[in-house]
Amino acid sequence: MSKKRYPRFFGFLALFSMLLLSGCDYTLLDPKGHVGVQERDLIITATLLMLLVVVPVIFMTIIFAWKYRATNKSATYTPDWAHSTRIELVVWLVPLAIIIVLGYVTYKSTHALDPYRPLESDVKPVTIEVVALDWKWLFIYPEQGIATVNKIVFPANTPINFRITSDSVMNSFFIPALGGQIYAMAGMQTKLHLIANENGEFDGISANYSGAGFTGMKFKATATSQADFDAWVADVKNSPKTLATAEYAALAKPSERNPVELYSSVTPNLFQIIIDKYEGMKPGKIVHEKKEVAGTEGMDMGKHSAAQAEE
Amino acid sequence: MFGKLSLDAIPFHEPIVMITVAMIAIGGAALLGLITYFKKWTYLYTEWLTSVDHKKIGVMYIIIAMVMLLRGFADAVLMRSQLAMATEGSPGYLPPEHYDQIFTAHGVIMIIFMAMPFFTGLMNIVVPLQIGARDVAFPFLNSLSLYLLISGVILVNVSLGVGEFARTGWVAYPPLSELGYSPGVGVDYYIWALQLSGLGTTLTGVNFLVTVLKMRTPGMKLMDMPIFTWTCTWANVLIVASFPILTGTLAFLTLDRYLDFHIFTNELGGNPMMYVNLFWAWGHPEVYILILPAFGVFSEVISTFTGKRLFGHHSMIYASGAISILGFMVWLHHFFTMGSGASVNAFFGLATMLISIPTGVKLFNWLFTIYQGRLRFTAPVLWTLGFMVTFSIGGMTGVLLAIPGADFVLHNSLFVIAHFHNVIIGGAVFGYIAGFAFWFPKAFGFKLNEKWGKAAFWFWISGFYVAFMPLYALGFMGMTRRLNTTDNPDWTPYLHVAFVGALLIAVGIACQLIQIFVSIRDREQNRDLTGDPWNGHTLEWSTSSPPPFYNFAEMPKANEIDPWYAAKRDGEAYKVPAKYSDIHMPNNTATGMVMGGLLTVFGFAMIWHIFWLAAVSLIGTIVYFVIHAARDDQGYMVPASEVARIEGEQHAILARVRNGQTNSPVNKLEQA
Repeated sequence: MSKKRYPRFFGFLALFSMLLLSGCDYTLLDPKGHVGVQERDLIITATLLMLLVVVPVIFMTIIFAWKYRATNKSATYTPDWAHSTRIELVVWLVPLAIIIVLGYVTYKSTHALDPYRPLESDVKPVTIEVVALDWKWLFIYPEQGIATVNKIVFPANTPINFRITSDSVMNSFFIPALGGQIYAMAGMQTKLHLIANENGEFDGISANYSGAGFTGMKFKATATSQADFDAWVADVKNSPKTLATAEYAALAKPSERNPVELYSSVTPNLFQIIIDKYEGMKPGKIVHEKKEVAGTEGMDMGKHSAAQAEE
Repeated sequence: MFGKLSLDAIPFHEPIVMITVAMIAIGGAALLGLITYFKKWTYLYTEWLTSVDHKKIGVMYIIIAMVMLLRGFADAVLMRSQLAMATEGSPGYLPPEHYDQIFTAHGVIMIIFMAMPFFTGLMNIVVPLQIGARDVAFPFLNSLSLYLLISGVILVNVSLGVGEFARTGWVAYPPLSELGYSPGVGVDYYIWALQLSGLGTTLTGVNFLVTVLKMRTPGMKLMDMPIFTWTCTWANVLIVASFPILTGTLAFLTLDRYLDFHIFTNELGGNPMMYVNLFWAWGHPEVYILILPAFGVFSEVISTFTGKRLFGHHSMIYASGAISILGFMVWLHHFFTMGSGASVNAFFGLATMLISIPTGVKLFNWLFTIYQGRLRFTAPVLWTLGFMVTFSIGGMTGVLLAIPGADFVLHNSLFVIAHFHNVIIGGAVFGYIAGFAFWFPKAFGFKLNEKWGKAAFWFWISGFYVAFMPLYALGFMGMTRRLNTTDNPDWTPYLHVAFVGALLIAVGIACQLIQIFVSIRDREQNRDLTGDPWNGHTLEWSTSSPPPFYNFAEMPKANEIDPWYAAKRDGEAYKVPAKYSDIHMPNNTATGMVMGGLLTVFGFAMIWHIFWLAAVSLIGTIVYFVIHAARDDQGYMVPASEVARIEGEQHAILARVRNGQTNSPVNKLEQA
């Protein structure tokens, strides 16, 4: 029986190294954005660190089981041996040492990769407000005064400041090729900062199940040159559709696999209005007066994060 | 009169559902017919359904677990086949409203109605025997716990044919699970099935904590309790501390759905994120409730079959305790992506990693138990070795997910699915199956067929790798969970391979069913006459297989960690006592069954808003319990002469074994 264990184990190793080394199929291992690259590197570092313990344990399991099989009467047999302070120390301290190293990596990376932390760049960021609806994504460009459904375009090598909420159940806003995700929650605003290192079209998804239309809740995220982005914005501004209160109310009704929509104008401050209609988090507080710091309204998750530096 | 219930609740237009319901109905009718034909109703009622014997209750728990394993696994095959078919624009054969119920039911059933009863069943059979007790502290309560679980099982299965089950995922996060987004009865089935079975689990936790604290045989110190008993004890500590959180959380959700409260709603001051926190404050300890007893099984199996004491017994107890306590401080790692800020995320990430230290210690302790031993490759040992390899990988991917920076891209992806199946199948389920094979002869008096057991192992483990390694890969390819169709051609081959893996596991399960059939058929050749088929170390092996209903004629002696090992070493084993005494035992009672039945009606009535019936059944439950309590049943005495007669039969068998007058291959083989 033990003999059969070897091929399976090596098969697994091969699969795992394939995972680590493979090419473009593996979106997360071949990211197109700075944040994603750091997250990929973190995954690989942590995995290698843990393999320091995991590989010996797997080998010891196989070797010990084989060597000390009952039919091998030549192996030493010590039925009453059940304690060794030295071994106990080693088995507590070795995992501890690895966890200390990994813990240090975790602490540093958690702060460095905090999705609320604005990215350092000389380029002025683009802000995109994201609203999860049943079952589509609404994107508002407050600086450009335009809005879209299920499609975003932004310049590459430019930090994108996403401000995210939901006008329905909880979703998770995720562009796997660019980096991590964050939840979209009604009455609250979450933040995500991403950047694309190159031009390209990336898949965007909801990564948190939200009901019947969840599977179709996808969008395309396109990174282009600044010139193409400006041209696109100008195009959208010529779009016949606008997003005023009545249109928004119609859009917010449940629908599945919506086509891309482009709106040449949008109700001013629509994003904040959507957050504010769930007044629950801060009942009784009047929130419309401080428009310039809209980012802190609603229930701003993670007040103590690095995001404060931004304001 | 019937609340929301009408004939429309039965999904006549769903052929898959109706065929399943019809098959269950035919199977059930056949079973009832057979019982009637063989005139077994009285036997079933007096010996099993009303029994308060922990061994029989344990067996019933495991039967339920195995039936629900089949149900939950059928859901898994449906999901895998749907995803294997619904690629590149094809819709597959399961529409979202059906598919979403299936993945919700799969999660709920596998965790609450398969893994929990399996663990509870093993604990019921083994723990009182390991500590030298004659029953649990509260035998009637034990029976009630079983029937509360059965209530939940009935409600979950009724939802298949009457109404619907939740379409929320097994976590049932609001606001999706609130009335506004889930107006149907699905979430109500979820709530009441979990409430009733959860209440049973809490009572079990209390019962077994009291049992190990108060019912240990004289001389057995707490730190000398066998390791399986200890891991169950830690699991019970977790149950008592965490299940009330689930009960409270579901009660809040019930208030929202039934009485227009706004505790977890989006609007009017509700806070859905509170539910998410509370759910995982229960949900994370819950996974340790599942895994710790499995760790205990592996410890017993390894030390028994390697013919050695367990390496680092005390270290194991402390490690289990550390896991239990830390397990309560890590719930936020299920939602790093909520945006709690770097410091909060870092705290919960680091706390989670700490758990890998005591877990690593356990792995090393098992390794050093094998070291310089004489390992017999029985089926339980194969499951254990398979676990050690598989769980190392699952543990590693778990720690990876505990790093917030890594979790941001892996969260909710198929990588997570692969991870928790890696630890729950490769950890908990392997452990339960190993424990099932290990203690089967104790419960039934004959061994399971080894050949089919080993075949089951190889199909299960290869099926596991074929089914779940592709999911790790798909996670890295950006595939999120709970999709019902895919349109990425790169993913398609992986989804096909995963489906093949599910089929391999299906063959493994078939091998287990054949194993049970073959073992029962050949039981006379595989009798365990001495009660000690594996040359065991702990007290459950000192009594006959199956044990007499009073377990031990006199309280066994326990002055060190492995008392039965010590007794055999010192020549104290199998001694005939000078005289027997009367034994005090509890009476059987139907109260648990009646209360469970009434509470099932109560749950069903609440689900369908038939409030008069809910009131009647709830009041009926309380009244029946008060009547039961007022009877002041003090149990009965087994006369010493009866004990002497039963023990005499066993000693006669033992004498024949000693003189080599039997053909029992079981005991000859193992004592060689």
